[in-house]
Amino acid sequence: MIETMPPAAAAPSSQAVTSLRGRHLLGIADLTREEILLILDTAEAMKEVGERPIKKVPALRGRTVVNLFFEPSTRTRTSFEIAEKRLSADTLNIAVATSSVTKGETLADTARNLEAMSPDVIVLRHSMSGACHLLARICRSRIINAGDGMHEHPTQALLDAFTIREHKGRLEGLKVAIVGDLAHSRVLRSNIHLLNKLGANVWVAAPSTLMPSGIAQFGVTPTTRVDEAVRDADVVMLLRIQLERMQGNFFPSLREYFTLFGMTPARLKLARPDAIIMHPGPMNRGVEIDSEVADGSSSVILEQVANGVAVRMAVLYLLAGGEA
Amino acid sequence: MNMLLKGGRVVDPANQIDGVRDILVENGLIARVGSNLPADGADVFEVPRDVVLCPGLIDMHVHLREPGQEHKETIATGTAAAVAGGFTAVACMPNTDPINDQASITEFMIARAKEASLARVYPIGAVTRGSKGEQLAEIADLKSAGCVAVSDDGRPVATALLMRRALEYASMLGIPVINHCEDQSLKADGVAHEGFQAARLGLRGIPGEAEEIMIERDITLAGLTGGRVHICHLSTRGSLRAVRNGKARGIKVTCEVTPHHFVLTDEALAGYDTNVKMNPPLREAADRDEMIRGLADGSIDAIATDHAPHHADEKGVEFDQAPFGITGLETCVPLTFDRLVYPGLITLSRAIELLSINPAKILNVPGGTLSEGAPADITLLAPDLMVTIDPTKSRSRSRNTPFGGWTLRGGVAATIVGGRLVYTNEAVTALAAHR
Repeated sequence: MIETMPPAAAAPSSQAVTSLRGRHLLGIADLTREEILLILDTAEAMKEVGERPIKKVPALRGRTVVNLFFEPSTRTRTSFEIAEKRLSADTLNIAVATSSVTKGETLADTARNLEAMSPDVIVLRHSMSGACHLLARICRSRIINAGDGMHEHPTQALLDAFTIREHKGRLEGLKVAIVGDLAHSRVLRSNIHLLNKLGANVWVAAPSTLMPSGIAQFGVTPTTRVDEAVRDADVVMLLRIQLERMQGNFFPSLREYFTLFGMTPARLKLARPDAIIMHPGPMNRGVEIDSEVADGSSSVILEQVANGVAVRMAVLYLLAGGEA
Repeated sequence: MNMLLKGGRVVDPANQIDGVRDILVENGLIARVGSNLPADGADVFEVPRDVVLCPGLIDMHVHLREPGQEHKETIATGTAAAVAGGFTAVACMPNTDPINDQASITEFMIARAKEASLARVYPIGAVTRGSKGEQLAEIADLKSAGCVAVSDDGRPVATALLMRRALEYASMLGIPVINHCEDQSLKADGVAHEGFQAARLGLRGIPGEAEEIMIERDITLAGLTGGRVHICHLSTRGSLRAVRNGKARGIKVTCEVTPHHFVLTDEALAGYDTNVKMNPPLREAADRDEMIRGLADGSIDAIATDHAPHHADEKGVEFDQAPFGITGLETCVPLTFDRLVYPGLITLSRAIELLSINPAKILNVPGGTLSEGAPADITLLAPDLMVTIDPTKSRSRSRNTPFGGWTLRGGVAATIVGGRLVYTNEAVTALAAHR
């Protein structure tokens, strides 16, 4: 294993911590700066695995990983599954339609039944905040949060940070503008924790109806004027606008949202010339982002997807790899 | 059976008594309070010197769940929890299944309480049929059957016109309308106090203003009608400001606060324990501190627990899915002593006012005093007892408390209802009867 498993890049900052073995990953809020850097450094080594002709290492051979998804997801579930397979884990996908949850078995019972089959890791995606905490209280398996309600989506923030670091070499001192449905976004919450811990300067922009209560206490600069957020930004990150928000009267129409907040080539000119454009997907072209921007030279959206596999490999390896 | 309680510290603010006295109980009533009273054939109970005898505590806001939700609580288990918590009487909310909107259900509750023969039970009737907020229930009939107030608890009276009528009609009958004030459209699908903590955890918020809007409305309507409104479990600074203003204008408004709202804040949400999910939700520290000020300065009239038992299966789900509410009957006295009396925020006699005298006045029921001739409802408090809350030992059928494992100073030694010793705490020594 040692010869096929590249050693984690020895960044000085990761000296203090070398493993997250036995831990859960419920959110970025629980991680220290050193632990985040350990994951990012490990992901660099993992990325190299993905560039080999034989994209497989035996790091999780004999370990069982259950991907338990209560919400539809293509990107995240596939990304986890590829990551698990590249680490040689035995993986199992369970997709549960949310509608059957209320009628059928409770989450706790589903978890207990899975536990009985002794998985090493459960990757959980759920529509309700705190679902991973509930599982972590019940289960001996390590829980990885693949997105819980409006709370956190830690591996998304980690892959975002990884992507930013690849382009900018650092996060410290960067101006990062996050624009979109802040109130309902778990990606936002994870990113705020992570970017703050790594010293970025975070601006957030949204219509006032989609601004979370107490946003200033998050340690970011909130604004309803998107141009202020984008001006001289090194990174512009767009969040998905969900159609049902319009029915909730958060804004009058997608058209008006696009006029006020949509990322157009003109607006992007306010950012630094070398700014990168990010989006966690799935994109609404013509709502939060103009296609010209999404497909333009500044866009790193597909790189984010590629990096997702490496970052998830790193997380799985650090939580569940090594000696049992 | 007659009893002589000998040697404890009697605290009876209504009669300005605070000192070592004997209490003689005859035929379920207080016969005499004085020094060195003769036994006259009564059973003699030697009360330890450090035990406080006070008028029986009255919890004016509990959910006993019977009829219809006996898996959560019954009148027997709920009143067992009540007496273990030092309460000699409880007023139970009508949101049972069926709703207590007619005399036959009230009578059923009273009959069940008589069978249990523990705490007194004062049913609160529904304001509207089925608590649907459409048509007034037969409130006079409910009152005749034994209801002491009306409320559509949990389903606030939605329209101002209906609330106006309810206040007018209830005032004719001399009973208060108790309202759980919350604008449902503003609450929407919220599950926790709207603020930084809920935002951080990704929980949908319930703004304090959802409560304040309806409190302002109800106080205004009490002014219009001359009726008496009692505000349930208020929880925000703005709510208390509204009540203070109303009182200053001479409007007949009273209010209560729960122990969890004077102890906990929304910081307890971290970890998503469904036992900190209740309605109104835990608010911010500034709100909690203002509740304490209101308890001290007299603007809050009562401490009520909003005892809301739920089965472990119902609470053992995602935070969003769990029902609102926690148990409270057995944790109220320890929390009141430990968090209010010992830190010097309120005096013991103020605590008795909040837990006994004022609830009796608001509901116009006997109690709140140890005057001769009053029912012998007496709570024996053990102020120095160290209590560790153990939910598994609760008398309630449910275990949903966030205070499990807390160690608090101050507890209940024994509870006497109508001259009958209905609860003794084994942790308190020597309350043995002898002739």
